[in-house]
Amino acid sequence: MELFDPGRWAQTLSNSDLLWQGFFFTIQVSLAGLLVSLVMGTLLGVFSTTRSRVLRAIARVYVEFFQNTPIVVQVFFVYTAGPMLLQAITGASHVVRIAPFVLVVICVGLYHGAYVAEVIRTGIEAIPRGQMEATQSQGFTRVQGYRYVILPQTFRIILPPLANQALNLVKNTSVLALIAGGDLMYQADIIVADSGYLQGYIVCCAMYFLICFPLAMLVTWLEKRSKAPRKAKATHAVPAATADGEV
Amino acid sequence: MQVFTPSNVAFMMQGFLNTIIISAASIVLSIIFGTLLALAKSYCRGRWAWLKWLVTAYIELFRCTPNLLWILIFRFTVQGDNILVSILTFTVFTSAVMAEIVRGGLNALPKGQFEAAQSQGFGFVDTMRLVVLPQAFKMIVPALFSQCTTVIKDTSYLRGIDVHEFMRNSAVVMGQASTLAQILLLYGFVLLTYFVLNFAISLMVRAYQRKTAAA
Repeated sequence: MELFDPGRWAQTLSNSDLLWQGFFFTIQVSLAGLLVSLVMGTLLGVFSTTRSRVLRAIARVYVEFFQNTPIVVQVFFVYTAGPMLLQAITGASHVVRIAPFVLVVICVGLYHGAYVAEVIRTGIEAIPRGQMEATQSQGFTRVQGYRYVILPQTFRIILPPLANQALNLVKNTSVLALIAGGDLMYQADIIVADSGYLQGYIVCCAMYFLICFPLAMLVTWLEKRSKAPRKAKATHAVPAATADGEV
Repeated sequence: MQVFTPSNVAFMMQGFLNTIIISAASIVLSIIFGTLLALAKSYCRGRWAWLKWLVTAYIELFRCTPNLLWILIFRFTVQGDNILVSILTFTVFTSAVMAEIVRGGLNALPKGQFEAAQSQGFGFVDTMRLVVLPQAFKMIVPALFSQCTTVIKDTSYLRGIDVHEFMRNSAVVMGQASTLAQILLLYGFVLLTYFVLNFAISLMVRAYQRKTAAA
């Protein structure tokens, strides 16, 4: 069978340098995109829980726009109109080219930022205000209240969906292939177009799996942990009480 | 403005129609296939345990690799009508997502429902058909609809293999645009069209959630 033809595998694997190059490029784009999405998401997530109507409206419009339009269209919009817009804004004599890396980091970051914003908002809204008041009435400082009571609960709620977003983000970086961006998907497509053998896609598939499967395991583990019953544990700030009530 | 001629608009709308056809067909098919996968993963034991592991592998494989990769692989390996192959491709990987959504619904049902149905003499098929699945589906309606949005958005990846969907047809029209204003107008139109469709779906979900929360 052609799928197991050693000659085809040998030829594909002789190009594995290109694939590994794409693999590391995809990882770099993903990490940078994740950073952008966490910053945007946290900012807009906090916006949507403030009392200011203007900030809430900004967050709402942002989230709805990015969640309801395809990332492919967004990327092509920036790819086509971006250089001309930059020329118009800066008054340069030529169109201002945007490197594919920068372009996709921004697009993927903004797109997933909208999803991260919703996760952060849910996390903040899930902890009642009374909890902070309760910690303060127990003699915690504000920082201690956040450190020992509020944030552990928030992270329990937001970490599983955040990890899931990271997984989706990695997959969406493949949009780079559509604008000749040099990522893993693009390199595999070139190799397959060159040789006419499916093997390039299979290696590419394995490489994506190598990045995404650990993330998927992380999501499962975090979900399990966030559903597990909570255990009280002694901390430096608040030693556990002994049986006779002594601290 | 020379780009919004009747023939150009008709051409883009033809693409939009294809986007709807591909999305709708693959959503319906993947809900059916995904439900079967979910049942296999949840209830295959003993002699059938191997099927459970096979389904788990299937779900993880498609969850951990990009859609675009499978679009390219199917284009490379399956001959046939562009639209039909697209529907097949989207059904294959959306089923993996649907399976996880349905399983979420199955897991959320109290075990007693299953036991009660069995104690009333229902067989496995009747238990599923009459007791478990109707309740499970009610719980996952929001997740199913938000997956519809995802599928509609992701069909624009088909542009990469030149299927005549909305994004690709609009891109062809964009080839005629020369000024920045025309390009902005065209992208505005494309983004707005996707937005109206998907936003309408998410408004429906919210209305449903309010209704069920009130009941």
